[in-house]
Amino acid sequence: MIYEVFRQERKGQPLQHAGSVEAANDHFADVYAREQYGRRGESTALWIVPRSAVIAIDEFVDELNRNYHRVDGYPLKEKLKEARERAGTAAAHGDR
Amino acid sequence: MNEQEQQLLMEIADDELILGWRDSEWTGIAPLLEEDVAFSSIAQNEIGHARALYELVARARGTTADELAFDRSPDEYRCAPLVELRLMDWAETIARHYLYEEADAKRLEQLKQSEDPEIAGLATKIDREEAYHRIHAQMWFDRLRDEPRFVEALERLRPQAEALLDSAQRGEHTAELADLWEEMTMVRRSQPAGTKW
Repeated sequence: MIYEVFRQERKGQPLQHAGSVEAANDHFADVYAREQYGRRGESTALWIVPRSAVIAIDEFVDELNRNYHRVDGYPLKEKLKEARERAGTAAAHGDR
Repeated sequence: MNEQEQQLLMEIADDELILGWRDSEWTGIAPLLEEDVAFSSIAQNEIGHARALYELVARARGTTADELAFDRSPDEYRCAPLVELRLMDWAETIARHYLYEEADAKRLEQLKQSEDPEIAGLATKIDREEAYHRIHAQMWFDRLRDEPRFVEALERLRPQAEALLDSAQRGEHTAELADLWEEMTMVRRSQPAGTKW
């Protein structure tokens, strides 16, 4: 069985995916995860989850093309640059 | 530390060194990668325990841990034959691991009661790591307890485990120890005595 392992590096921090271990059962998974992700003091906590318990989503369909929900397609960088240029020009005008 | 205590620590140190060596022979070929890492780590711990025990005796004898570990002839080692066996079968290896940890727990418990604070302190430290070895051994025992090959190995090796707790049953060695010694001390013997590594 494959178990996904999440580890917390320091108290208060979120647990992040560290990797996975293959183990015959929960007990083996516990021992192997400790060995690989906790033995050198690199973790303050581990979560060990059977991969079968993970609800995985990797498809995001936008049937009605409601792209106004998305944050892409809005070139903030460009707009900021333009705004800065305008402000710079304005400042230059002001100096005169 | 009196002579008898030194002798006892040498027995345990030799057991740990030789078993650590044997267990390390599984590195790279254990049944699965995770177990490879776990068992190699156990092997390394055992050799670390041997080193700490040799250091304690070395101080009493005015020598070094390396000299005690590598500069004796095979017949001077005090390890029990059980740890010398070159086991090529995982079920047998786990059977030995289980029997060894069972006996080791008993003798560490005794050492922790020693009146010598250095011995008791070291035994306590070693026992903290051995606790993980026992969890590992127990977990494999639970997994294989109904496998005939494992049960048979356990019964066959059990009589040999008695020597782990009985100094009187030590001193005789298997032919396999000579081969292990040959390999283990090869690099050290290739350099003149007193070489600083």
